[in-house]
Amino acid sequence: MAQFFDIFLLEAVLNGLLFGGVLALLALGLNLVFGVIDVVWICYAELMMIGMYTVYYLHNIYGLPLFVAFGAAVVLVGALGMLLHVLVIRPVLNSEPINQLLVTGGVLTFLQAAATLAFGIEFKNLGVSMPSLLVGEISLPWSRIAAALTAVTAMGLLWLFLKKTYIGTAIRAISQDRAIMPLMGVDASRIYLTTSAIGGGLAGLGACLLVLQYDVHPAIGLSFGPLTFMVCVLGGLGNMLGGFIAAFIFAQLINVGGFVWSTEWGYVMAFGFFIVMMFVRPQGILGGKS
Amino acid sequence: MKPRPAWAFAIAALAILPLLVSSNYLLHVMVLVFIWSFIYTAWSLMGRFGLVSFGHSAFMGIGAYVVTMLWNFHGLSPWLGIPIAVALACGLAVLIGYPCFRFRITGHYFALVTLALTEVVRSVIVALRDTTGGSLGVTPNSVLKDGTTWSLTALQFADKRVFFYLALGLWLFGLWVWQRIDRSMLRYAMEAVSQEEDAAASVGVNVTRAKLTVTVISAALTALGGALYGQYQQYINPETVASIGVSLQIVFAVIAGGMFVRLGPTTGALFTLLLTEALRVTIGNKINALDSTIYGLMLVLFIIYMPTGILGRLMRKKKPADGASGGPARPAPA
Repeated sequence: MAQFFDIFLLEAVLNGLLFGGVLALLALGLNLVFGVIDVVWICYAELMMIGMYTVYYLHNIYGLPLFVAFGAAVVLVGALGMLLHVLVIRPVLNSEPINQLLVTGGVLTFLQAAATLAFGIEFKNLGVSMPSLLVGEISLPWSRIAAALTAVTAMGLLWLFLKKTYIGTAIRAISQDRAIMPLMGVDASRIYLTTSAIGGGLAGLGACLLVLQYDVHPAIGLSFGPLTFMVCVLGGLGNMLGGFIAAFIFAQLINVGGFVWSTEWGYVMAFGFFIVMMFVRPQGILGGKS
Repeated sequence: MKPRPAWAFAIAALAILPLLVSSNYLLHVMVLVFIWSFIYTAWSLMGRFGLVSFGHSAFMGIGAYVVTMLWNFHGLSPWLGIPIAVALACGLAVLIGYPCFRFRITGHYFALVTLALTEVVRSVIVALRDTTGGSLGVTPNSVLKDGTTWSLTALQFADKRVFFYLALGLWLFGLWVWQRIDRSMLRYAMEAVSQEEDAAASVGVNVTRAKLTVTVISAALTALGGALYGQYQQYINPETVASIGVSLQIVFAVIAGGMFVRLGPTTGALFTLLLTEALRVTIGNKINALDSTIYGLMLVLFIIYMPTGILGRLMRKKKPADGASGGPARPAPA
């Protein structure tokens, strides 16, 4: 047992904590969209992939400063979110939930393939290397720390926005009762559009954090997509606090499982845990009975 | 299925096709059409009743990998390997299906659970890279050397025509299973369940058992299709048999063809494969991405404008309001 509690395990746990922060941010946008519009964007991670390419091209090819590229990515993916809502989600808003899932599955295939056509299948690296923070023998990459901090800040800001502004209140109201709010004078379609923009923007922000740590390639969405919506479902779809907790559970399973065995087994554990939890608590860890 | 002579004629025409076609390329495309048609048909056995699975590549992967692993490491003939793989797929289907149906996990929650299943199977294949070859894939040990052109025990044939007949037989078997289910009480039970679970239960339908039955049949057939796919291609890797991409491809093709009519999945397979091949011939190169780009776009358009698929739409135009003959039961997939 002594070797089990070694310093590397602690490092894995801390890295898992930081990874959890990023996952939580990714889940946040998806959860917001689901909570308000009641649609799962299966293609959420592909929007993120577009954001990562935006940062890469603006920074590495056109030489813009990193922060300008980040801002552009957030705005662009936010706009993509709105576009997605208008072109794809709106026409199926009243059809079966499974059709809404499938239609965004089509967008997933489309974006991934279009990115392959446009950018090629090569892995592209931003080439920005950040040092690591050394605490004793533990090394934590600054990119991960920055990502986790940004994620927590973004969550705080979103919470303030939802609680303190008029439109935030309207968003929360409509997620509680879709049928009544239009009668109260809330323009549902405008709220949906705003929510899609924020959801897309959060995907864009996630892209900025991921591009610092991972190479961009057209299939990167498949590495993060399933993880993201499993985090959301595990937390109770639409339940942001639940998603937050679930993100950390998932990240720990993957990192510690990956440390003890191998990365793939970490994923097997995480997905297996998800399946088991679906049977035990289908409404999510914090979800109420529906 | 009333005009039987038409069917007999069509099957006979298909059966003599390899004697007329000498091009290996055309034969190859036809074999693939049959194998995929079979798998799509298997998926639709569930899909038509509202059980939309994003996890069928898991069963396909099990079919392909178990047979190949048993052959490569234990020298077990695919004739024994296939039943084992199919049994394992059935076991997995029960393992995942029973709790899902027992705890009323339906709609997109069911889709997400099955999606997780795909990821589990794919990750396990990659994680066991010492035996499975990981993402690089694996080739069944070939016995086709030193002049040997075929081996029945190894289920390996150099002649594509043999696979043509195997695949044709499998496809017909798939259609037969579809018809058996279509004419059984199970179909009525499942139709009731897919529309109103509680009401179906209240009139005495054992909901869990009905769902589990179609799921197990569907999983078994999919594993069978995966096994033949592996034997035919003589090369499998997680991306081509056990990935989310494959799961989505299955769903897309079926939606394009139409999942509520018997030949709908086949239409989907024909349509998608012909599109891919046509693009390959006309444009060449960079092809993988271009056909998927079009698929993705069309999937979106199909769901928005033509949810019953190509064949479903055509058949509805031909004979409106003939619900009893297995035509499109509902306007939209549930």
